[in-house]
Amino acid sequence: MRAPTQRYRNILDFALSSLLRRKGRNLSLTGVYTLVVFVLASLIFFVQALKREARELLVQAPDMVVQRLVAGRHDPILAAQAEAIRSIRGVLEVRPRLWGYYYDPAFGGNLTVMANEHEPIAADAVWIGQGVARNMRVNEGDLISLRAYDGLPMLFLVQKILPTESELVSSDLVLMAPRDVRSLFHFPEGLATDLAITAGNPRELPTIAAKIVERFPDARPILKAELLRTYEAVFDWRGGLMVVVLGSALLSFVIFAWDKATGLSAEERREIGILKSIGWESSDVLLLKFWEGTVVSLTAFLSGILLAYVHVFFFSARLFEHALKGWSVLFPRYRLLPALDGYQLTVLFFLTVLPYTAATLVPIWRAATVDPDAAMRT
Amino acid sequence: MIELVQVVKTFQAGLATPFTAVDGVSLSIPEAQITVLKGPSGSGKTTLLTLIGCMARPTSGRIHLHRLPGNVLPQLQAGDSVEITSLPERFLTAIRRRTFGFIFQQFNLIRGISVLENVMLPAYPTGEDHRSVEARAVQRLESLGLGRHLRASVERLSGGEAQRVAIARALINDPTVLIADEPTAHLDSRLSEDFMALMGQFKAAGKTLLITSHDPIVHGSPLADRVVELRDGQIVAEP
Ligand SMILES: Nc1ncnc2c1ncn2[C@@H]1O[C@H](COP(=O)(O)OP(=O)(O)O)[C@@H](O)[C@H]1O
Ligand SMILES: [Mg+2]
Repeated sequence: MRAPTQRYRNILDFALSSLLRRKGRNLSLTGVYTLVVFVLASLIFFVQALKREARELLVQAPDMVVQRLVAGRHDPILAAQAEAIRSIRGVLEVRPRLWGYYYDPAFGGNLTVMANEHEPIAADAVWIGQGVARNMRVNEGDLISLRAYDGLPMLFLVQKILPTESELVSSDLVLMAPRDVRSLFHFPEGLATDLAITAGNPRELPTIAAKIVERFPDARPILKAELLRTYEAVFDWRGGLMVVVLGSALLSFVIFAWDKATGLSAEERREIGILKSIGWESSDVLLLKFWEGTVVSLTAFLSGILLAYVHVFFFSARLFEHALKGWSVLFPRYRLLPALDGYQLTVLFFLTVLPYTAATLVPIWRAATVDPDAAMRT
Repeated sequence: MIELVQVVKTFQAGLATPFTAVDGVSLSIPEAQITVLKGPSGSGKTTLLTLIGCMARPTSGRIHLHRLPGNVLPQLQAGDSVEITSLPERFLTAIRRRTFGFIFQQFNLIRGISVLENVMLPAYPTGEDHRSVEARAVQRLESLGLGRHLRASVERLSGGEAQRVAIARALINDPTVLIADEPTAHLDSRLSEDFMALMGQFKAAGKTLLITSHDPIVHGSPLADRVVELRDGQIVAEP
């Protein structure tokens, strides 16, 4: 008849009815709490998702790219250099790549125009990414017009809209035949934008890069691993900045929590006194308050996470647009691929639930350890 | 039976202004009788109740509880005696729950929850099944004429009703001793007499009653088996 768990259930029951009794206060507390979790979770999800997208983008990039520098700036490279580089030991393949940016006034951003390397595309035809199709409002079989280097329009048939695993990778892509790229940009024969290099053993890449620079002092090899590091550093720095800003928000939340949840009201203190006087132990009172705190924390934590998930993955983190504007220049319009990992959730938990619990613990402890006879004299 | 030996309670002992509220009280409180502590305000009645009821510890002296009920602590059996002044808090709470029911001067009901839940509250930490506690609470409240108010919020009750809720709450863990501190302070004489009649019923049912009061309806009642007078923390006259 006396199950040890029954005590927990009885006290949980009472905790729930106590929370309902102070509806206004607890709702406002849960609301603010949820907001803090929401903002922090949005930021963490967003930065993580961008990092993942960037990593994916780079997975499809070649191991190494070689550019030519002229006066410190990126300039077309002689396609013939590909032959010389291919002869370096360890190099498996060298592909001259032909690509450039095309500013589209309607799109309000740059498209990436690229000569297709894998499958031949007919002259005057293009394959376009989902983002381009969406913004130009075109379907397969439609015609699009691009302004060439001399201002004259060039018409292309949309032959195919690229399937997307991750939109970020191909969203702004326009693929066409190499000859069409050259006429669009007035790109001379015999030159390429850069050279993509594949090594037999990726660990030899730094040695290969050194040999290339030795042989072509105006060449700049860029390793994929370096790019990856740069991306991550940029994201982490931006994210870190936001964390500092949010830290102050969090702090004010903790102060709020301290004040509201735990600056126990006189009424609550009186109730704790009554409970002690009618035979509740300090540990029973602590259990009661622990349940109350857990219900508030978990509700806020779960709803904050849920809202952040919807915000980041269904609304593309719209509320951060201004704060994180740099990224919209870096990337075209996209929808981030939903993903959650346990590590992020754990970090969030420690950033929110823990400070709240710590802030509420001390005053409750003090009230719970009052002498039971105090209630006799109020 | 409860036995007090040379019990002293000094507040702020060791500070600049120590105050001795109970000063060497020796007393036995017999079972199944009504004992009334009378005396002017400030004479130490409430303080003495908190000492007997395991709510506070005396500064010196001994308090023995004889013939304990069962199910108090695993190391105690029904009928055992304990000396409570040296027990740790956890044990005191356990003894208090099973042995004493308190009816406070201010009733000390919790606002915003129902009459029924107020009555059930002392049983929650004992881990007893919720439904059996509820059944018992309903039965207690009905026998006290509060059947219609089970779901009412306690702030709506009249003084007499609030006190009967407090009585039902004091009885929920079926204690052997009922302690009432100035129970008639907020009642008119009719209700005060009703209260004493109720105490008479509990006495007949075998409960030990300990009541403080300076109300003649209480200490002058024929139901009171014994009246102990306190003055300045000391017993004045024992008939
Ligand atoms: N916690 C305390 N600290 C100091 N003095 C107290 C405390 N509690 C009670 N007293 C004093 O002890 C005396 C006895 O109080 P009490 O037992 O409440 O008397 P009664 O119930 O007979 O009116 C009073 O003078 C009161 O002021
Ligand atoms: Mg008193």
